[in-house]
Amino acid sequence: MLDLLKGPAIAAEEFFTLTGRALRNIFRSPHYSADIIIQMDTIGVGSFLVIVLVGFFAGVVMALQMAHALRSYGQVSKTGTLVAITLARELGPVLSALMMAGRNATGIASELGSMKVTEQIDAMRALGTDPVQKLVTPRVVATGVMLPMLTVIADFVGLFGGWLVAILFLGLTSVQYWNTAWRALDWKDDVLQGLLKPLVFGLTLSLIGCFYGLRTTGGTQGVGRATTQAMVASAVFILILDVMITKVFVGQGGG
Amino acid sequence: MKSSESPILRFEKVSVAFDGVPALIDVSFAAYASDTRVILGAAGSGKTVLLKTALGLARPDSGQVFIFEKRIDNLKERDLIDIRSQVGMLFQESALFDSLTIEENVAYPLENQRAIHCPPEQIRPRVVETLEFVELGGTLEKFPSELSGGMRRRAAIARAVVTGPRLVLYDSPTAGLDPITAHTIIELLIKHRDVAHTTTLVVTHRYQDGNLVANFRYNSEQGRLEPARNGNGRGARTIFMVLREGRLVFEGDQEQLESSTDEYVSKFVKRRE
Repeated sequence: MLDLLKGPAIAAEEFFTLTGRALRNIFRSPHYSADIIIQMDTIGVGSFLVIVLVGFFAGVVMALQMAHALRSYGQVSKTGTLVAITLARELGPVLSALMMAGRNATGIASELGSMKVTEQIDAMRALGTDPVQKLVTPRVVATGVMLPMLTVIADFVGLFGGWLVAILFLGLTSVQYWNTAWRALDWKDDVLQGLLKPLVFGLTLSLIGCFYGLRTTGGTQGVGRATTQAMVASAVFILILDVMITKVFVGQGGG
Repeated sequence: MKSSESPILRFEKVSVAFDGVPALIDVSFAAYASDTRVILGAAGSGKTVLLKTALGLARPDSGQVFIFEKRIDNLKERDLIDIRSQVGMLFQESALFDSLTIEENVAYPLENQRAIHCPPEQIRPRVVETLEFVELGGTLEKFPSELSGGMRRRAAIARAVVTGPRLVLYDSPTAGLDPITAHTIIELLIKHRDVAHTTTLVVTHRYQDGNLVANFRYNSEQGRLEPARNGNGRGARTIFMVLREGRLVFEGDQEQLESSTDEYVSKFVKRRE
């Protein structure tokens, strides 16, 4: 039994050590600002289209589903309220993070994994660079900054998708929809939750991608394995952390 | 033997294991200034691990490693960076950064090794000079993927030696190369050793590489290799080491190696072409 737990315990220790080093390096020199900008471009700008698509279709589907449910109570006019709350609190952060996990946690794991198996990580150490400082910290910072921004974009595009449904299929006016949507959002609770979640998810999925990439062994097959593990672990931890953060906010009396 | 001199690299009963599997077992040796060490052994015998341990890239489970008389096996990663600036290493598959050009690759240690203190205006001239030394002067703007295997190996040598290290570690410099290119790479290795007077460790599974390294010297006046024997000795020595399953089973000069009756050790000698 203890032997079974040994592997995961060592992996957890290594993950938290990497996390500590990556976050500590934010405040230590040398700072690789150019790498952070490049990663922001790759991770953030590169994910823009997919995030817009996810946000739009999430908003459309939510408007259709919520209107169907609200019709039973004669409350179709409240569609904007439900679309706004579900997007800001849950669907925006979680769907954006899952797409980011699929696109970037895997990308990071495969890139760093390839570098590991071709000894580029060792070469980096041999040539006077800390790979955590040079490779991990820029990716973590870039993802932590860009995912909240992308989530805000996804939320607004989702609201736009819901508005299209509202005026085209539900017979609502634009004023009705946007008024209810805007009033539904509580800045202290919804906006904080809607920004905290993507920040935590972004840090987590980038660290998971880096972690699996840097511990890759076994050649190209190992790179494939690391990529898959990064995707699965990121998705699972995003969902677990979502429950935990939601519980904290709901437990505090939030809506 | 050279007891009054401080060794450049010293292993004392070094053992390294990965996930409980031993890779090096009780390895002890000392390499002195301008020495060349040729490390032979079968695949998986611990040759690469030995080089990585010498550079602090792999941590010993027991024993001590000294570079320039400074113990490194207990140093933190950040403290190792300055030590590593005095050591060059050629990795087995070159390990060039594939997202950087050849110029950026070779400039990398000059830009990133704190202890080097290379002024920015001197970086490019040094890179150009080193690339010309390895006869790759026209490849500055190319990416590693645009070069042949032999050229990549030469670019990686340039990156390893651009900082003027006192100790250079070559991990299988001829692996995967055709015989002519392999010969060129060993020529280059000898040329650098004799021009820069470095201590050199060469891991290889080809005896002919060791034979060349042991018996030839670079004549800088004529710009070519010449036999080092018959009065042309280079004033330094080549020691052969043979590893077997992580243990150092032989250490001695070429004559001792060739006269060894050990079945495993003689396997490497018999492959001479």
